[in-house]
Amino acid sequence: MAGIYIHIPFCKQKCTYCDFHFSTSFKSYREKMIQAICLELTQRVDYLQNQSISTVYFGGGTPSLLTKEELKKIVDTVSKNYTVEEDFEFTLEANPDDITEAQLEMWKAAGVNRLSIGLQSFLQEDLDWMNRAHTAIESESAVRLAKKFGFQLTVDLIYGLPNRSLNDWKNNIQKLTSLDPEHISAYCLTIEKRTALHHMVDKGDLPQVSEDDQSEQFEMLLQEMNNAGYHQYEISNFAKGENYSRHNSNYWNGVDYLGIGPSAHSFDGKSRRWNIANNPKYIKGIFEGFSNHEDEILSSTDQFNELLLTGLRTKWGVNYKKLSELHKPSEAFIKQLNSFRSFGLIQEETDTILLTQKGKLQADYIAAMLFLEE
Amino acid sequence: MKNIRNFCIIAHIDHGKSTLADRLLQTTGTISDRDMQSQALDDMELERERGITIKSHAIQMDYEHDGEKYTYNLIDTPGHVDFSYEVSRSIAACEGALLIVDASQGIEAQTISNLYLALEHDLEIIPILNKMDLPGAEPEEVTDQIVDLIGCDPSDVIPASGKTGLGVDKILEAILTRIPAPSGDPKAPLQAMVFDSVFNPFRGIIAYFRVMNGAMHKGEKVKFLNTGESYTADEIGILRMTPQPRNVVKTGDVGYIISGIKQAKDVKVGETITNHENPCETAVKGFEDVKPMVFAGIYPVDTDDFEELRYSMEKLQLNDSSLVFEPESSAALGFGFRCGFLGMLHMEIIQERLEREFNMTVITTVPNVSYFCYTKKEPTVRQIVNNPSELPDPSIIEMIEEPYIKAQVITKSEYVGQVMNLCVEKRGELQNQVYLTQDRVEITFNMPMAEIVFDFYDRLKSVSRGYASFDYHPIGYQSSDLVKLDVLLNHEQVDALSALVHRSNAFDLGKKICLKLKELIPRQQFEIPVQASIGAKVIARETIKALRKDVTAKCYGGDISRKRKLLEKQKQGKKRMRQVGRVEVPQEAFLAVLKLND
Ligand SMILES: Nc1nc2c(ncn2[C@@H]2O[C@H](COP(=O)(O)OP(=O)(O)OP(=O)(O)O)[C@@H](O)[C@H]2O)c(=O)[nH]1
Ligand code: SF4
Ligand SMILES: [Mg+2]
Repeated sequence: MAGIYIHIPFCKQKCTYCDFHFSTSFKSYREKMIQAICLELTQRVDYLQNQSISTVYFGGGTPSLLTKEELKKIVDTVSKNYTVEEDFEFTLEANPDDITEAQLEMWKAAGVNRLSIGLQSFLQEDLDWMNRAHTAIESESAVRLAKKFGFQLTVDLIYGLPNRSLNDWKNNIQKLTSLDPEHISAYCLTIEKRTALHHMVDKGDLPQVSEDDQSEQFEMLLQEMNNAGYHQYEISNFAKGENYSRHNSNYWNGVDYLGIGPSAHSFDGKSRRWNIANNPKYIKGIFEGFSNHEDEILSSTDQFNELLLTGLRTKWGVNYKKLSELHKPSEAFIKQLNSFRSFGLIQEETDTILLTQKGKLQADYIAAMLFLEE
Repeated sequence: MKNIRNFCIIAHIDHGKSTLADRLLQTTGTISDRDMQSQALDDMELERERGITIKSHAIQMDYEHDGEKYTYNLIDTPGHVDFSYEVSRSIAACEGALLIVDASQGIEAQTISNLYLALEHDLEIIPILNKMDLPGAEPEEVTDQIVDLIGCDPSDVIPASGKTGLGVDKILEAILTRIPAPSGDPKAPLQAMVFDSVFNPFRGIIAYFRVMNGAMHKGEKVKFLNTGESYTADEIGILRMTPQPRNVVKTGDVGYIISGIKQAKDVKVGETITNHENPCETAVKGFEDVKPMVFAGIYPVDTDDFEELRYSMEKLQLNDSSLVFEPESSAALGFGFRCGFLGMLHMEIIQERLEREFNMTVITTVPNVSYFCYTKKEPTVRQIVNNPSELPDPSIIEMIEEPYIKAQVITKSEYVGQVMNLCVEKRGELQNQVYLTQDRVEITFNMPMAEIVFDFYDRLKSVSRGYASFDYHPIGYQSSDLVKLDVLLNHEQVDALSALVHRSNAFDLGKKICLKLKELIPRQQFEIPVQASIGAKVIARETIKALRKDVTAKCYGGDISRKRKLLEKQKQGKKRMRQVGRVEVPQEAFLAVLKLND
């Protein structure tokens, strides 16, 4: 069991919060990029060591910009070179402005069975502030339409914007739950480097959102999700029934994955590698057969820490036995666990460390304090 | 002897002493072009990183003029006020000084104080107008300033640039023609003055000396007049880029001696070295001991590291005899040391060297000056208080005295108003105001030393937009209305955060300290009250709210390793925290009072 991630590094315009790798002027090398992606898929066919593919994920950037031919070319390359499982999850990220009947039909035909809609908000002023390419009206119609076509749906929302009331946020959530997607990802806004927002912060043009406001919105989210019958299986991810994102769950469970395209990451259990985040250089490297990438070998301490970091975020928690296999937990570790327990941040079930509701708000802090040091 | 010249380079900080020394070394071929690096004499890692000179550095050069060979002994000195004792020592070994003035900055506070030090020792001054290559150089104006200051002829001032090499030949020639050769009796018994010493882990202490009379021979038995100890001169020699062993160092020359001395305190700077069998009659005039001006506690972050800290401090002292320390204990921090420093920069450097050279993570407590306290019971007995928490109970105190300094600030006339305001705010009393030129003013005032321990430098820089330089000298003690300001974290008093402050400032300071601590102490699992008090009376309070949220939204594929590295850093940061009661306090919070206006 393994996953394939394919990064499509094109966007129509740059959203203010976004630090993903993409370009908005790609006409001149668009075709080359698709060729390079296909070529990388064949070049790295041994990376997953013949494991069968259970998930394929087209992310970006904006994969919904791919034409029928482009998508087909990539999908064909995958199926020709890899053993894809019968019931594999095939997710494609799509922005509401690209979601039309024709497109939906085309995706369906290509085998896509799960759509991840980058909706972010139903409020026009939010969308303007974020410089999204779609309107509030498109937000809503896109979900309705996609649903009609029978895709499994996941929809993204963003909260923690400056100068927004708790009520705005609540309305956003309720609007979405009323449309009844199977899965929701809700992210608190973070100001990343090299984004328009960061620039505004530097200039002092952006009001700070207090930790308390963000916390309230997070708590509101948990409550509303619960009311609507979604359960939180990761800090920012909510599902109805068993409709988890299989692809993303694999990240958190340490399953191997192959990342294709500029800036994409790969993981084989012991090491991580990331491709260069530069479109022309990526293409050049692939065509010349020497690939532009960096590697990181994970020590057993790194693996221990990553297990904590990702596991604590999920409802499955961290398996104590798995941890102990990497490193025997130290006295300091046990002491720290006890202290967190006494503050009501963690709870334990047989062999598993889980965060409490209160602990979920402090997942990073808790993980950091439990980290081992080399 | 007539072919020897001994001189030092003195100036205000950053006016280009070490850079000009580079050019002299290069032109005389003392250092090859291949080995040349900027400020070659600044060989300590910290000096190179900060771009400042901390220790004086002596070096010998050969110079040829009209077919005659000469020996030049140069000493490069630091410019920062904390290290002015280094300048005094160097001056004592010389007959002349190159007084360097940055042509774009003009005369500043340490230009004047270092010049006076040199004049006290009757040194021949060669004024040099440096950094002539800078577009902002004002040669006429600054030459006038120099002429006014030392009363020389304008043609005596040598325009130069350490960057382009302008004036270097002229300087080398002026050293020969203007600075007198050393005098002394070659036939008299050996009399040499130690002007510096360094510690070498393999060789022990290496003492630098200047021979006043007689000569020193390798292998002879020498006696140190002040300590009365005798040693064998195992190795003697001269100071080049690397030390060069010699069989003899003659009258007027500068050299080094290695004689099996292990500890810096066995060779005081100012010590007289003579021959054991045939000693000289008098000792050279020594130096006053350098007195620490600022005191602070240094504690290991990890209590188990106390012994290791002691070891590290002892090692550091071998290198830097101006560092003094004695063990003390604190209710909040356990065992540590009360240390005396020459000033705030010195304190910063010691802390940094402990971390770098000895891998010790330490907490430095609020620095303070040394107070005199008199009790009602024994009003004539002076108790020295180097730590605010040792102050007796206020009810039994008759009087407290604090050290005062005379401070000189040189600034542009447009900033006089702001500088005066600052001085008044810092309890300064104006003594004098002199216009050096039309738009340069020297302001002299007396003020408590304690005020410069806090944020005086930074404030001075900001009110004058960088156009003010500052120098000071201690002038004794005066009684003051001081109170002990305590800080409570989570209702527990933290002795390491106590400070003695003037009663009139106490409320304001208390408030600012609470605010600063609130900013520096991270939120924890419970709410933490931060209070400032005088005795039992709480005068300010802030609250650090309990931690609520620390989680990022996304954690997919590539985010994972990025995230892991971030959290590793977060955990590292925690190692630099010290548990006080139930509260985790970061290292820098203990110095919070120094940054109240940031
Ligand atoms: N343009 C120019 N810059 C110079 C010249 N001399 C020195 N500098 C620069 O001025 C700065 C200070 O030079 P240093 O030689 O370290 O000054 P210093 O007087 O030895 O400083 P301290 O020993 O710390 O008092 C450095 O950045 C030098 O590069 C010069 O002649 N021209
Ligand atoms: S958020 Fe999505 S659409 Fe917007 S710039 Fe980033 S990758 Fe492109
Ligand atoms: Mg220097």
